[in-house]
Amino acid sequence: MAAISREEVAHLARLARLAVTEEELDTFSVQLDVILQSVARIGEVAATDIPPTSHSVPLTNVLREDQPRPGLQRDAVLAGAPDAEDGRFRVPRILDEEA
Amino acid sequence: MTDLTTMSAAELGRLIAAGEVSAVEVTQAHLDRIAAVDSAVHAFLYVDAEGALEQARAVDAARAAGQAPASPLAGVPVAVKDVIVTKGIPTTCASKILEGWRPPYDATIVERMRAAGLVMLGKTNMDEFAMGSSTEYSAFGPTYNPWDLSRIPGGSGGGSAAALAAREAPLAIGTDTGGSIRQPAAVTGTVGAKPTYGGVSRYGLVAFSSSLDQAGPCARTVLDAALLHEVIAGYDERDSTSIPQPVPPVVEAARRGAEGDLSGVRIGLVREFSPEGAEPGVVAALQTSVETLAKLGAEIVEVSCPHFSYALPAYYLIAPSECSSNLARFDGVRYGLRVGETPDSTLEEVMAATRDAGFGPEVKRRIILGTYALSAGYYDQFYGQAQKVRTLITRDFQAAFEQVDVLVSATTPFVAFPLGSRTADPYQMYLADLYTIPANLYGGPAISVPCGLSDGLPVGLQVMAPTMADDRMYRIAAALESTQEPLLSSQVPTLEGKTR
Repeated sequence: MAAISREEVAHLARLARLAVTEEELDTFSVQLDVILQSVARIGEVAATDIPPTSHSVPLTNVLREDQPRPGLQRDAVLAGAPDAEDGRFRVPRILDEEA
Repeated sequence: MTDLTTMSAAELGRLIAAGEVSAVEVTQAHLDRIAAVDSAVHAFLYVDAEGALEQARAVDAARAAGQAPASPLAGVPVAVKDVIVTKGIPTTCASKILEGWRPPYDATIVERMRAAGLVMLGKTNMDEFAMGSSTEYSAFGPTYNPWDLSRIPGGSGGGSAAALAAREAPLAIGTDTGGSIRQPAAVTGTVGAKPTYGGVSRYGLVAFSSSLDQAGPCARTVLDAALLHEVIAGYDERDSTSIPQPVPPVVEAARRGAEGDLSGVRIGLVREFSPEGAEPGVVAALQTSVETLAKLGAEIVEVSCPHFSYALPAYYLIAPSECSSNLARFDGVRYGLRVGETPDSTLEEVMAATRDAGFGPEVKRRIILGTYALSAGYYDQFYGQAQKVRTLITRDFQAAFEQVDVLVSATTPFVAFPLGSRTADPYQMYLADLYTIPANLYGGPAISVPCGLSDGLPVGLQVMAPTMADDRMYRIAAALESTQEPLLSSQVPTLEGKTR
């Protein structure tokens, strides 16, 4: 049985904001199925009582004094953006406009 | 004088400090070499000749003014993987989504290299966003292995490793999430070290999998790697995962190891890294190296790490999950590409069109896989379970290091494979990282050092050490290196005038 269907891949791509083509969907669903069948082996390990590891550094909540310091130059940052206006990032339409 | 591009970084630094050669001459020699061979190798995505010569002139001027060298590597050129941001110099992560982007700041390690007088030659090729094991997933075309141009140079840091093997640079920076420094080093006959997670600042390293990513040094000798390690390592308040402890004495350890005495050192061989999955030539080279280490006085002990066989599946759940989250920042708003904008299009449509046009196939596969592993209903089964297995792998390491000082293995199960031979089946590509992934999950340091040839192609030995004991791996690697003729002295074919 397939671990993941073409429809599921299409749904996930939508969630991840990837406008994949029909051709990509065909390829990815087959490849992701192979990958998922292989990694599903992880379920064999009895680990119910084992705490999860999210990272390996012996540190939690690193804080520093809240002192003002210079940040990046605004214009230098905006120069790398696809579009800017009045010292801000310009984005495509976010809300449906009323006619 | 010997060709400057064949010398080690340590030698070059010494000659520059002594005034026997200028930093400009050294830099120009490497720029000339790049001009002569990079059309065949394609290790570089961007060469900053003007900037490099300017930095070299500054080193020469400081010396002329009577100043002491900023570091033992002052005036020595370095190539930087294109996942590290460099102020005003294009940084693409080998992705179309960042094509042409010039970052407004330098990564901490770039600042540190500049302060140490290193000369940055340019940016090296890689698998897109460091996802891959062959550099074939670069959006700007693959890098070719200098040993055999029909084969891959490893990945994701194939450009950095190939630049070293082709003598285009004596030093390079790589990043290692599942083996991207070590596996390319192994298949190009060079040295690559993944420091302890948290040992080298990641401020300015474009994130792929934040709990695993680590920047580190690439070189042609163990001492050179240690010298570069010392320049880039150490606490950085701009990276909240940076460990506030002194840098382990890696240079001293490399020098000590080169004396070739390993008496009193206990070296572990992991039983679960069975030879069945590896090529016979790789198994033979590992065997010979282990015998050599024993001759140098080390005691060889077999240890069991029962959960290592689950490292690959755990990694391919954790890394894609983190990648799906990290790469959400590429939204067509703040940097790089934006496509599909019309007066009627919404932000969401533009975002989806931009990401489809800007990301390549491996990045998309991993984003989708990660989105799946993190989604409601699958989280506990996949991502949660992988994090628990990560704990068990860490415990395996800790138990092993109760018995031995370091662990050794082959770096990768197979030598450089032909281009195109593993791209159709992504899981076959993933197997390249079988032996390198456990150290990333644990967070400990690991190094790959050349240990012989299989059918004329380089094989790497991996040395893994406990967290913050990076010095140990340098000592063992340097000891092995001291018993060998440098692989790269005579074996690499002539590249000048070659085309693919």
